[in-house]
Amino acid sequence: MAVVSTNSTVMNNVEAVRATLYEAMKNDDRTVVLGEDVGARGNVFLITKDFINEFGPERVIDTPIAEASIVGIAIGMAMEGLRPIAEIQFADFIYPSFNQIVGEAAKTRYRSNGEYTCPMVIRTPYGGGVRGALSHSVSVEALFYHVPGLKIVAPSFPADVKGLLNAAIDDPDPVLFLEHKKTYRLIKGDVPNGHYTIPLGKAKVLKEGSQLTVVSYGLYVHWALEAAQTLEQDGISVEVIDLRSIRPMDKTTILQSVERTRKLLIIHEDNKFGGIGAEISAMVAEEAFFHLDAPIRRLAGPDVPAMGYALPLEEEFMSSPGEMAEAMREMVKF
Amino acid sequence: MATTITMPQLGETVTEGTVAQWLKKIGDSVDKYEDFVEVSTDKVNAGVPSPVTGTIRELLVKEGETVATGTPIAVIEEVGAATVAAAAPPAAEMPAAPSPNGLPASSSVESAAEENALRGASPAVRRLAREHHVDIRTLRGSGTNGRVTAEDVLAAARTVIAAQPASAAPSPTAPAPIPATAKTSTYARPIPGTLIPLTPARRIIAERMVESRHTAPHAWSMVEIDVTDVWNWRVREKDRFERETGHKLTLLPFFIRAVVESLVAFPLMNAKFVPATQSGPAGIYVNDAINIGVAIGLPDNLVVPVIKRTDQLSIKGIAIAAGELIGKARKGKLGVDDLSGGTFTVNNNGANGSWASAPIINGGQAGIVTMEAVIKKVVVRDDDSLAIRQMMNSCLSLDHRVVDGYVASGFLADLKRRLEAMGSQGEL
Repeated sequence: MAVVSTNSTVMNNVEAVRATLYEAMKNDDRTVVLGEDVGARGNVFLITKDFINEFGPERVIDTPIAEASIVGIAIGMAMEGLRPIAEIQFADFIYPSFNQIVGEAAKTRYRSNGEYTCPMVIRTPYGGGVRGALSHSVSVEALFYHVPGLKIVAPSFPADVKGLLNAAIDDPDPVLFLEHKKTYRLIKGDVPNGHYTIPLGKAKVLKEGSQLTVVSYGLYVHWALEAAQTLEQDGISVEVIDLRSIRPMDKTTILQSVERTRKLLIIHEDNKFGGIGAEISAMVAEEAFFHLDAPIRRLAGPDVPAMGYALPLEEEFMSSPGEMAEAMREMVKF
Repeated sequence: MATTITMPQLGETVTEGTVAQWLKKIGDSVDKYEDFVEVSTDKVNAGVPSPVTGTIRELLVKEGETVATGTPIAVIEEVGAATVAAAAPPAAEMPAAPSPNGLPASSSVESAAEENALRGASPAVRRLAREHHVDIRTLRGSGTNGRVTAEDVLAAARTVIAAQPASAAPSPTAPAPIPATAKTSTYARPIPGTLIPLTPARRIIAERMVESRHTAPHAWSMVEIDVTDVWNWRVREKDRFERETGHKLTLLPFFIRAVVESLVAFPLMNAKFVPATQSGPAGIYVNDAINIGVAIGLPDNLVVPVIKRTDQLSIKGIAIAAGELIGKARKGKLGVDDLSGGTFTVNNNGANGSWASAPIINGGQAGIVTMEAVIKKVVVRDDDSLAIRQMMNSCLSLDHRVVDGYVASGFLADLKRRLEAMGSQGEL
């Protein structure tokens, strides 16, 4: 970590997660991390390296390979006053814990009429572009965003990782915290020192533009931004919004932008059918119909069961900055 | 967009290939991943799939010919691209400027383009065209396939406003056009001998008035109403009312309340004439809600904000709603919602002493009724005694397509009876 000023530190996303978790462990004895290999091995990306030495095996818990148990145990901890941060080693393995997340964690407050809450975070690396094939590439946000009672966050920049992870830890209800694994070491940025939070449910306009609104999140935010900046040289003005929180969704920021640009392109890596883009598209069609000057378009993963291991298959699945630029160009021209 | 297909490298050491057989002819359509040519090399014979869905435009290599890998062998026109290419030239040849009256000269090419402009108009284009009174068919689209974009409509609206004074073309009977001068003459500060450019609001007023006066055959009637009792009621309550609600208590809410009750009794007065369209024959639509528009004159504008569901409001409720709308109107804060949905209009015309007036109906309504000045008069009562009473005329303009004098005079008589019977006290 190179210190560039007294007020901030340059970090990549792995370092931002690690620094935030460390701070939470240090500042609040109720904080517990649990998951596969988070203890002795210090997590597969070394996010919790040496945590077990400093905070002990009672607060840094190596679990069996049993995701339903990881989340189930964390729910119990949260309901009884701890602040557990459960880790699913890869989002591809989250399915066994689906019932615990959807059936229990998300409904705890409602079921107990507010007597119990479930202040827990489920962190998991997701997304492709890393030759991860069928079991290390998946995006799971659409499987969970249908569920009221569950918040979903997917930051793209280190400073947002810290602020949103702090907010997720502070939140009185369960938060699914998605970390795009390709951005882990690829993306670096200034992270303010000291404790701060970024409110859940607030999108961020990364680049202002007048001819098209692009909404994205995760790795693709970086590529969409790159594409939009390339088009700037041709006099094409594209506004790029980083969703940051998938649920709650920041309708206001999206609608204000679309009402100005009159065109909307949603870009995400997850499959197109029933994806996050479907909800954004429906919302904008319902609330900004008379502002639209072009059909809403979604550039998203194809509806195939998985991202193949072979590079051409992975490339076919993923959208490139070039494809994003082409889609933007077509929509502006429309 | 045309995609050029090159001879693929079928194997790591292969440097050339032979077109064994074309599986498609020029003009054939081909699906993405569908084999369109068989290529043979010294190692393999293989079908080559098309990378795009489209139509074979060119085959550049003869069967049996051997070319180096990377050499172009075919051109495929992608789906969608061909129609763009074919449709673009006529759109580009469309005349850039509409004729002086703002309408294009007719020709088959253009009417096709006009149809296209309407069919392809996005929600934003339709909304902006409506708001700015721009005819989409007169525009030359700058978008894909000649599509009219939202920006095109806004540009046209700016042009129309800029060109407004100049386009006041003289008609044969009209006097010579007034020359536009450099002095700034406005509606609020008119300078004699100058032409005041129309603001959008003035233009809309002009259009609406002409439209209403020319489409709805106006008929007119008037009654004289004894408002002494309600006047006394108002006078007694007004100070307390203003203290409690912050709004002035005028005769208007009493009058509107009576109008609403009369509209309930005469639903045809709360109706509108619907001309025949392609989707159906003409008819008279009877509104289910009663939303009273209140005409409010401003120094340079006329607005008619609407009290929504007036039929569900008491006199007090009407007074507050009207007070709020009048306040908003004076501050220029009325929203689209405040101005829409009116089914009948009341014009408080008497404030400046007018004794009778013939108002123009607000388009799409059956009538408009006025409150003229309240004047003390000596009247002969039913028992032949003389009395000094507060009298007010109320004038009605009606759309004779919707109602005849029979209904209209019944309505006016009913209104008079209700106001006179309203009494001089009670719950507001």
